[in-house]
Order: sequence, then C-alpha cells, then structure tokens
Amino acid sequence: MTAPDRGAPEARSVNRSPTATPDRGAPEARSVKRPPAAAPDRGAPQAQDAEVQGADRPLQPNARGGMGAALRHDSALRHTTGEARFLDDLPEPPGLLHAALALSPVAHGRLSPIDPAPARALPGVVAVLLPADIPGRNDIAPAGSGEVMLADGLVEYAGQPLAVVVGETRDAALAGAAALRPEIAPLPPVLSIAEAIARENWVLPPQAISRGDAAAALAAAPRRIFGEFRAGGQEHFYLEGQIAMAVPGEDGDVAIHSSTQHPTEVQHIVARVLGCAYNQVTVTVRRMGGGFGGKESNASWVAAAAALAARRTGRPVKLRLSRKADIAATGKRHPFLYRWTAGFDAGGRILALDATLAADAGHSLDMTGGVVFRAITHALGCCDVPALSLRALACKTNTVSNTAFRGFGGPQGALLMEDVVHRVAKAAGLPPEAVRARNFAGGENGAETPYGQALEGDLIRRVWAEAKTDSGWDARRAEIAAFNAQHPYLRRGLGSMVLAFGISFGQTHMNQAGALVHVYTDGSIRLNHGGTEMGQGLFVKVAQVVASVFGVDTDRIRITATSTAEVPNTSPTAASTGSDLNGWAAHAAASAIRSRMAAVAAKEWGVAPDEVAFADGLATAGGNRAMEFGELARLAYLKRVSLSATGFYRTPDIHWDRATMRGKPFFYFSYGAAVAEVAVDTLTGEHRCLSAHLVQDCGRSLNPAVDLGQVEGAFVQGMGWLTCEELWWDAEGHLRTLGPSTYKIPGSRDVPPVLRVRLLEGAPARSETIFRSKAVGEPPLLLATAVWNALKDAIGTDRLDAPATPERVLMALHGR
Amino acid sequence: MADRITLVLNGSPVALPAGTSPTMTLLDWLRGPAGLTGTKEGCAEGDCGACTVVLEGADGSRAPVNACLALLGQLHGCAVRTVEGLRGPEGGPHPVQRLLAEGDATQCGFCTPGIAMAAWAHAREGGSVHEALAGNLCRCTGYRPIVDAFARLEDDGAAPPALPAVGGARFEAPGQVFHRPATLAELLELRAAHRGAWLLAGGTDLGLLASEHRQRPPVVIHLSAVPELQALTADTGGLTIGAALPYARLLPRLEGPFAPLGAMLARLGSRQIRAMGTVGGNLGTASPIGDMLPPLLALGAVLRIASVRGEREQRLEDFLLGYRRTALAPDEVILTIRLPRPAAGAVLACEKVSKRHDQDISAVSAGFLLRIEGGRIAGARLAFGGMGPMAARAPAAEAMLTGALLAPACFAGAADELAKDVSPLSDWRGSAAYRLAAAQGLLRRLYWRVARPDLPAEVHAL
Repeated sequence: MTAPDRGAPEARSVNRSPTATPDRGAPEARSVKRPPAAAPDRGAPQAQDAEVQGADRPLQPNARGGMGAALRHDSALRHTTGEARFLDDLPEPPGLLHAALALSPVAHGRLSPIDPAPARALPGVVAVLLPADIPGRNDIAPAGSGEVMLADGLVEYAGQPLAVVVGETRDAALAGAAALRPEIAPLPPVLSIAEAIARENWVLPPQAISRGDAAAALAAAPRRIFGEFRAGGQEHFYLEGQIAMAVPGEDGDVAIHSSTQHPTEVQHIVARVLGCAYNQVTVTVRRMGGGFGGKESNASWVAAAAALAARRTGRPVKLRLSRKADIAATGKRHPFLYRWTAGFDAGGRILALDATLAADAGHSLDMTGGVVFRAITHALGCCDVPALSLRALACKTNTVSNTAFRGFGGPQGALLMEDVVHRVAKAAGLPPEAVRARNFAGGENGAETPYGQALEGDLIRRVWAEAKTDSGWDARRAEIAAFNAQHPYLRRGLGSMVLAFGISFGQTHMNQAGALVHVYTDGSIRLNHGGTEMGQGLFVKVAQVVASVFGVDTDRIRITATSTAEVPNTSPTAASTGSDLNGWAAHAAASAIRSRMAAVAAKEWGVAPDEVAFADGLATAGGNRAMEFGELARLAYLKRVSLSATGFYRTPDIHWDRATMRGKPFFYFSYGAAVAEVAVDTLTGEHRCLSAHLVQDCGRSLNPAVDLGQVEGAFVQGMGWLTCEELWWDAEGHLRTLGPSTYKIPGSRDVPPVLRVRLLEGAPARSETIFRSKAVGEPPLLLATAVWNALKDAIGTDRLDAPATPERVLMALHGR
Repeated sequence: MADRITLVLNGSPVALPAGTSPTMTLLDWLRGPAGLTGTKEGCAEGDCGACTVVLEGADGSRAPVNACLALLGQLHGCAVRTVEGLRGPEGGPHPVQRLLAEGDATQCGFCTPGIAMAAWAHAREGGSVHEALAGNLCRCTGYRPIVDAFARLEDDGAAPPALPAVGGARFEAPGQVFHRPATLAELLELRAAHRGAWLLAGGTDLGLLASEHRQRPPVVIHLSAVPELQALTADTGGLTIGAALPYARLLPRLEGPFAPLGAMLARLGSRQIRAMGTVGGNLGTASPIGDMLPPLLALGAVLRIASVRGEREQRLEDFLLGYRRTALAPDEVILTIRLPRPAAGAVLACEKVSKRHDQDISAVSAGFLLRIEGGRIAGARLAFGGMGPMAARAPAAEAMLTGALLAPACFAGAADELAKDVSPLSDWRGSAAYRLAAAQGLLRRLYWRVARPDLPAEVHAL
C-alpha cells in the first residue's frame, strides 16, 4: 500500500546509479502507486486504506512508520465497508456442494451402523458419509491419537458428529442430516467433574508439582483453612462460525480454505483422514472472524470433514456449521473444580498449600495436557508459597472435548490463588490486597516458581502499585463504605487482581516460526509468515517489524494470506506468541535481504556494507549517498542478487523436564494489575461493573493501538467468563445454551462505564524479544478476576462460584 | 394485487424474480442471489446483529433490522440499505465507516458491517448508545472504541429513497403462498380459509423457523399491511395499540404513567428486534417469558379480537390459557390491545431480571401496579413472567398487600406469600429456587421504589 504522497523519488534520487537502465529505472521506482482510488464497491480497497492511513490520522505522525507506531488494523476500513472477505464470502467454485453434520442426540451410548437411506432419499442429497467412507484414518487427535472424526460404534457426547451429509445446497444437506435416525443404545453418562474424580476417569494421568514438605508445613502452620469452588467453561463465540471449503485438484491434491488458527494442523489432519501425504494438501487462511483458541484444533476436523466430502464426491465442498451445531460440537474452555487446604500465619503469609485443580476435559484429550500444564504452572499467580503440593487432574466426562481458549488454563489456574488469598484474608481479618502483597513473589519472599523459574518481583509490585494509584484506591474505598452504609440493599464492592503469565508454548518444540519475504523490483514488499490473523492485529505488527528492518513505511508491505505452501511446518497462532515468534522470523528474513541489498549498495558506492543504512524509504551511506529503496531493489536484481528470503526463529533458552516437572518453560513473564468496582443488588443478585483500572505490561509495545485493543477485549471477555457466560447442561447431558439467545456474552452496557487501560511504561522486555515487546493476547484476560473479587467483596461471602451470574450471587447471599 | 416482491435495495428499485420463495430470509437472499456478502451471518437467530441492515422509511427514519429474521415477503415495498450501500459524499467509504475504522473499533471485523449499519441508523435516530448497540455483539474489542465512535456519530443528512406505494399482494413460490392482505376484511377471510397458516407480524419469533430451522411454510398471512393493526391512539382513558404495530413505534408513546413500561420495553430485544417485533406477536405467542405480558396483566389490558364472525373483547388474563396457549380461535386475529391509564397516584413498576441487562430473555419479569391512598395500599395488581407455565397474577401476594400500610414488612409478607402463587421451572435462565428468590426480591424492592423514589432502585440506576 503506498500513500499518495510518495512522490519524492526523483528529488531523492540525485545519486541514482548510472547503471540503472535509463528507460526503466525511474518509472519502475515509482510504480508502486495504486490504481485510482475512485473505487466502486470492491474496486481498490487497498488504495482506500492507504489513503486513510496517510491522510486522515494527523494525530499520529508515525502512523505510517514501523515498530512502535499506533497503526490501526490493516483491514480496518475494509472491515467497516464489508469488503474484507471471510471464507464464506469468497466466490464459490463451480459445482460447489455443501455439507452438514448429523450430531448425536445422546451423551453416551452404543451406536448401531447408521442407515443412510432416509437422507439419500431426499432431493438434492448427494452423499452420506460414514466412518467406513474415510479413506485414511478416522482420527482427528491434535496430540496423541484415537479421537474420532465420526463416531464409530460408541457415542461419547451429545453433539458428537455421526455422519457428513453432502447436498447440492446447504438446505438439502441440512435436511439430509436431520433425516438420519441414528440408533443409539444409551449408556450412563458421566456429566460432572466430581463424578469423574470419584471414578478416576482421566484422559491423561494426574500431573503434580510440589515443593518442600507441604503436609508437614500445613501441620505446623498456625492456622489452616479448607476451600472448594468451581469455575465454569466458556464458549468462544467467535462471530464467524467454523467453516472450511475443500477444492479437489488433480492427482489427489486438495486445496483447503479454512478458518483456522493452525493451518499446518489442518494440513496434517486432512492428510491423515484422506490417507495422503502432507504435500498433497494446501491450506490457506486470509483471516478469521475471531478465534480465541476455538479454531486451533476444532478447525482441523471441520476442514477434514469438508475434505472427505470433496474426496468422495470429486467436487468442491463447503462445510459451514450453523451456530447451534458449532456450539454443540466444538470444544470450549475447560471448567475446573478446586479443592485446597492452606496454612498461614496471623500476618497473612501463606506458608503451605495443598491443592487439587480438576479440569473437565470432556470426552477426549484434545489439548487438555497443555491446558492442565498451564493451570498448574499458574496456580500461584504472582505469589510465592514456600511449601506446596499441587495436583492437576484431567477428568473425562461425556461432554464435548474442551479445548484451547485464550489463556489456555492460565486463567483457571490463577483463580486458585485468588480464592486462597481472599479466604485467608477473611480468616485473618486482613484486606485481601494486603495478603496478596504479603505473598508476592520476590522481595522478602522467594522469587522462584515451584517449577524453578524466577518471577520478577519488582514488576509485580510495580504494576500493582500503579493500578492501585490509578484507581484512587483509598478514596474509592471510603466512598464505597459511605454508600453501603446508606443504601438499604445495593452494595458496592472493590476488587483487584495482579497477574504473572508465562509466555511460550508449553511444548518446547512448538516455539518456532518461519517467514517468507519477497522484495520486488519496484520496491514493494510481500510478507508471509506462519501466523494467522484472527483480528488480533498480528499482520500489521509483523509488517511493522519488516518495515523497521527495511526502513520503509509499513504501507509498502503487502500482507498476504497464511498458507502451508508458503511457510511450512508452522505452529498455531496461539499462546499469545504470534508476534513474538513470527515477528522474529520475519525479522530474520527481512534482515537477510537487507544484508544482500546493503552489499549491492556498498559495492555500487564503494563503501563498506555496514556503512549502508536503511531509513525513510532510502538506502544511504555517509552524508552524500542515497538511493530510493525501490531503486536499490532494481539494482540488486540487475546485479543478480536474490531479493527473497525465508526467516526462521526458535525461542532460545527454554526447557522442561517432564519427569521432575521442573525447568524454564517460559521465555519470559508478562505482568498486569487491575482494580474493579462493582455494585450488587442484594435482593435480586443483579450486578454491574462500575469501573476498572488496568495496567498491563506489554514490554516496549510494537503497536500501542493494537495492544490497547487486546487488553480491553481480553478484559471484557474475561468478565464474560466470570460473570454472565454460563454453559448449561440438562440432566441427560445436552448443552442447552446453543446460541446467543441463551448463552450471554457481554454486551456494550456490561463494559464498565469507566474503563481505563494503561500499558506499563518504560518497561522493555528483559528477554531478547522482538524489539523488546511482550505478548498481549492472553494475559489481560486474567485481569477480569478483579471483577470476581469485587463481587465477593460486595457480598461478603466465602464462596462464589464462577460464572457469578445474578443467580449465583443471590444464592451465595442466601447461603445456598 | 402485486405478485412479485419489489423493494428498494441501496437506493435502487428491485423486483425479485417470480417464484422467489417469500420466506427466504433477507440474509440468504443478500448473500446468495444478490451477491452482497458484506452482511454476515453470525447466529441466524436475531441475537448477534452481524446481519444488521437498515430499513429506510419514507419519512427519513432508519430502522436497523436483523436480515436473518426478515423474510423477503415481509419486505415488499420496503427500502433496504446494506453495508455496500453506504457511501460518503465523494463515493468512498461513508463517514460512519471511517469513524469506526479510525477509532480502532474493529478487530476481526466480522461483526463490523452490522455495527456500521447500526451506527448509520443511530446517527439519525439518536438516543442511548447502549440501546443502539444492544443488538450487536462484538467478541473482540470489548466495545469501548465502538461506544466512543457511536458517541461521535453525525447524521449524514441523506434523503430517504422514493418508496413506491404498495398495496395488497400475493406471492407464490413452489409449494408456498404468501398473502399480504391490505384490508381487515381480506385478512379475516384469509384467516378463516387457512387455519394452519403462519400468522406473520414482525417475524422475530416465526422468523427463527425460516432462519435457523430452515422451514418453508406452505401458507403465510402477513399482518403488517392492514391499517387497523397499525393503530396507535392515546386518549384520557388509555392507549390503544394495533396488534401488528412494531415496538419501536410504540416506545416513544409510553410516557407519563406508562413510562416504566417504556423503560422495560427498551430492554425487550434490541433496536433490531423492536423495529420488527409487535405486542400482538408477544401475546399471540403467549410464551411464559414474554416480557410484555406481566406489565399488561398488571395494567389490566383488554384485547380486541376479530374474525369473520365478528369482533369481541377479552381481558388479557382470560386470554392466556396455559403454556403457549391462548383463547384465540383458529379463525381469529388480535386487532388491538387497550391499556387503561393508571389512576392518578397509582405506581407502576416493570421489572426484568436476566443474566445480561440488554437483549436477554428474562428469568423473571414482573409488572406491579399499586394504588396508594393515605399511606395505605388501596389496590395491588402483581403479575409475573417466568414463574409458571404462563404469565399470571399473584393473588396471594396481592391479598397480602391490599389494604396494608406501606411498610417493608407487608412487602416481605407478600414475598413470602408469593411462594403460594407460583410454580417456576429450572432451566438455563434460572433455577426454580432462584426465580422464586429473585421474584421475592422484586417485591421487596417495590417497597423501596414506592417509599424512597429518591434512592437508586437498581444497579443500572447508579
């Protein structure tokens, strides 16, 4: 994207190389100009974007700059005009068929072979695909093996896919799926964590982390208390539901368009299901309409089902799940049950903790191992406990297999310590904030996590102090007390949260990324990397990194769809690592090209390569040599120098020993703190968040506008998880909250009218991250815990399960 | 009588091909035959707003609606504007679109076209930003930048498109007939002749059958073109509301003693739902959780009902028979709803308890009408929704209040008595125990509403 004012190359090219061919040099250097911007409906959205970025943001003089600039999302204007294409908006290939899934109406049972006849009899139904139709393996497990795409003999949750029905139209496919009459002999379902624990139903063996002799320390502690509480799951509710389109090619190839956070896994699972090699499957994703972890493993089987249908019919097939099917058949955030015993002293120092964190995995493993790992490594939050014994259970129930969701077990883990801190505070007659601070890692306490990695106690204390100050804590406390003394039934409350969140994939090998950068001879740049865009602004951030390397404006860089054909063997865009990993990979690719270009310029000018600098769209040396970037690209081409490079990055210095449950699993930690004020109606349980003050550590932000959006969005999503989003199953194991009419994510009014977010200033990352930035996708979700804590403060009860719906608040007040 | 659906799309008249299913949703038509994919499907149940488009009135009004619920036959004679139809003065993006983009009000962008359309309507219609946004969910931004942008919207002053006058119509498609009678007589004849037909008013409930459940009804009778059903008259005795009048047109008239009902109606659905949904639909559906029913019961609403056999009147409490059952005969339609004006000194309170304040279906709803005379409660009409198979009054609790001194104890007593009046269910909106406890809380809160109107009565009053 080039702004209209990029007209200066002539003026700057006084030192133009005499070897540039006179007939082509100058115009080529400027040929990055776009067609006229008088765009009809879909004509030249890029040009419009560039226009806006260039001209309409005078308050941000660096709006076209590189790293650190508060650029808006690269697609923002196309989002608002409707021109940004999502998968279902792509032109449909000729002969396209549509698929629909038949889902199990039963939570657990023996499934007889399905008779396809009732569906086949309907007009427009082309095929009914059952496990026997799968040419490869009926296995969609993202980790391990043995998770079926289509139930075969055994049904393990209500909503489990049983068959793929293919029709000439989507309605025909849906009608066909509805016409099937699966015969299922019911078996008793396990529907609660407690029941799974009692039966020792695990999807993987318990994990444990311990330090010291927790039992002895508990026995020796001056005081002990016991706690138990629950946190519910959470539906992702990405606005764009799961969707994939498979287009068969020649010789068994298949091209997949998928709304996925993990194109490589889509490639692998499609190949596994089809029984073909990875190189026969090409997966592309330009953008998702939200992901939040829900399109990590679940997108893979949706694509595999479409691919199966394409293989069996020989025609392109699209599978778009209805919202109800999406919520019924795809995994969610893991619900947790917590049981703990803490020993503490009169000063609120927690001396010992014995705790069990039990996750509801649903019926299969999916990524539960990683979720449980993150929960147990984040169970102490920002605190230190000298003696402890933590157990994490991965319980198998007859519900949909739970999966990644922003925070990936971290938010659930962090609730444990917050519950302990608040209960201990109450028992000791101290403010919870004092107890938490008394137990902050570092300083007078130990800095090392129980698995052996140190937290930065100074940052913990700093974010808390800043959030407390920002909120006007003491005055607010006094105001609340005065209000509560005079109102007959409304109660206000104040709560806080301090977070420490480890950044890196728990699986060490996943911490790698690749990028592919091309520079064209007009000086325009094409960027591709393994990260996917789901709204989080990854593409613009990585483009800023590349722009910084080349010293050009970000709008010179063309951002392109993620594809397994361009960058192979990628990790999912998850665990907040997108810009950390792909930023460095793109940096490496761009740096390689820049070095070659510098060598060309150096030779041309007779200077040393390291004297060549790239800035403001120019290559320069000394005070009197300058060449427009595009001109140098053209020169490099003429000198037969490659202007294309791949880049690769692996996170250094991380390791983990599964046997001892110790190591350095995270490259660094991100910190944050929040203060929230709520009001509760003690007659009805209705409540509302009145204000929130957040301080989030993003290191040296790559893009403050994008990071602010991530913090705000994560906080509100976390509020939803903890207050209003309730997944409700009936006694037979049917999820009954299958759409937005029954599953309530926050609306605009639920956002506190006072929402103040600050990115921690002057705190560049201490690890060697890309431009000393820090990840931001997940950590701020934990800040919403302040709202949960504020509700407990307002109502004064010991236990408040999440989500703290009006019902749970009122029942807690009633002691039920 | 017209036999083809005509509408104005983004300013240009369009006649749909003969045989187009009149119950195809507008969303399916836009994204399919019309080739306009800017409008998104997020839920197909009218709750997320990703499919929001705007109906432009000849008077310049702009009504955001959910394209996933609106059926083509309903839109005959309407002007529809989609995100592709927003244009700035220079032909590029509309200022509303620029404002949202420049304010970082998009992340993934999937909800954004719907939000842009809600914004475009709000720029003209004004009112509360949260009301304007209640029908649009965003899962990425946390709304703050969207709310900021909405607060800065300016009307573009664009003139409404010319709307051709349309009368009665009859649309046929394979296996389907869609009647759009323009007179009451025609309507009653059709109703008598097609007793199994869909009686379609706003379609915010029936539309789900087409949108989510993919049904194709053989016969539909659309009510909106009959003038008698669009009535809205106020006199000293009260309000008379046409059964097919959209909530959005009723809302501004709920003033004075009816203001509490207006405040509750502002929480019924969203602007998108209120632009289409009707009081008559809420009554005809007779859902136990219909938000309008308890206040109407408390007010003593009377229905006027018509058929080819004649007209009759019936009190709402007699009209409701049970779970989604009414006294409406198969050949009858509801003509109007009469709301008697509360006596001077009467206090009306309308309550709704739900997980989310906006655009949620209530766990418990209530309408309370108290007549206070000399510090005593001279009369009490208490009605609840969500507390049994149908919305109903609470006679035991009413008896406890009637004649009592205005004091917390009598409201606490009424709350205790309420247990005798109700038989709530447990479901995803609330357990039976919670519903009872919250309903009792509403009665206790009623005391404070009456006795201390100076206090904020609920958390959203803070």
